[in-house]
Amino acid sequence: MTARVGVVTFPGSLDDGDAARAVRIAGAEPVRLWHGDPELYGVEAVVLPGGFSYGDYLRCGAIARFAPVMETIVDAAGGGLPVLGICNGFQILCEAHLLPGALTRNQHLHFRNRDQMLRIESAGTAWTNAFQAGQQVLIPVKNGEGCYVADRATLDELEGEGRVVARYVGGNPNGSMRDIAAITNPAGNVVGIMPHPEHAVEALTGPSLDGLGFFTSVLKHLVGTPA
Amino acid sequence: MPRVVVDVMLKPEILDPQGQAVANALPRLGVSDVASVRIGRRIEIEFTGEPDLDRAREIADKLLANPVIEDFTVRVVEADETVDAHP
Repeated sequence: MTARVGVVTFPGSLDDGDAARAVRIAGAEPVRLWHGDPELYGVEAVVLPGGFSYGDYLRCGAIARFAPVMETIVDAAGGGLPVLGICNGFQILCEAHLLPGALTRNQHLHFRNRDQMLRIESAGTAWTNAFQAGQQVLIPVKNGEGCYVADRATLDELEGEGRVVARYVGGNPNGSMRDIAAITNPAGNVVGIMPHPEHAVEALTGPSLDGLGFFTSVLKHLVGTPA
Repeated sequence: MPRVVVDVMLKPEILDPQGQAVANALPRLGVSDVASVRIGRRIEIEFTGEPDLDRAREIADKLLANPVIEDFTVRVVEADETVDAHP
């Protein structure tokens, strides 16, 4: 049976269409979820896509966190539901306290849009088990507020527990502390990533097909194949 | 109506690139005696009844500020009072 993977649309989401397409290319059935509807319709995993939910008013992700669908997702994530937050989705996961730290204005204040090399640091999560630790992947990055910050104790804890999922290599595009591009929760089912794997799933539009691994990982995770 | 004013500032240890950009622009105005600039946000809340500082604190903690990176203060100002007005 094909896995059903939800993709949430908030007012101001931009990359929900691409995320749904990436889910389909990976071999799963994308299910569009609506921010105002708390029902998850039996999906087995959820993607929070990039964009500017609620116009980024107040702080990126601050208002989306209170969307009816998020209350259900936060509960379900506690029970092990795989959740991938991309860009604005990562910001929402931090605001919802599913992930520690925060994403702030890029240090150089410029919006950065480029193909970015990343090193996968942890292949133990629901969203990265198709990779090898240490593997380098090319994924587009496009953000204005992607500078990951957390206090030293949190950063040390993330590093110590192997919860830094990916780091920028070949230049840090936004000033993120310790070059962090992606992190996970202690259980490894919730991952936040600033670059956009859903934009690197087809030769026609992406710089590589490396992004597909995030979506095939969750399918592998759902059928219980050992990582 | 009295209002509750919430001031939200980045914590001192969090880099404020916007403030730095403003500070770096000041020499172009001929200003050379400013050591640093930090930018925050001011929110004014009007309650339907009496201003409720505890409620405002809860709103600030849950929504207006992100306690991971920001500190906030709350205070009541009278309707005709302009806070820290320029003389």
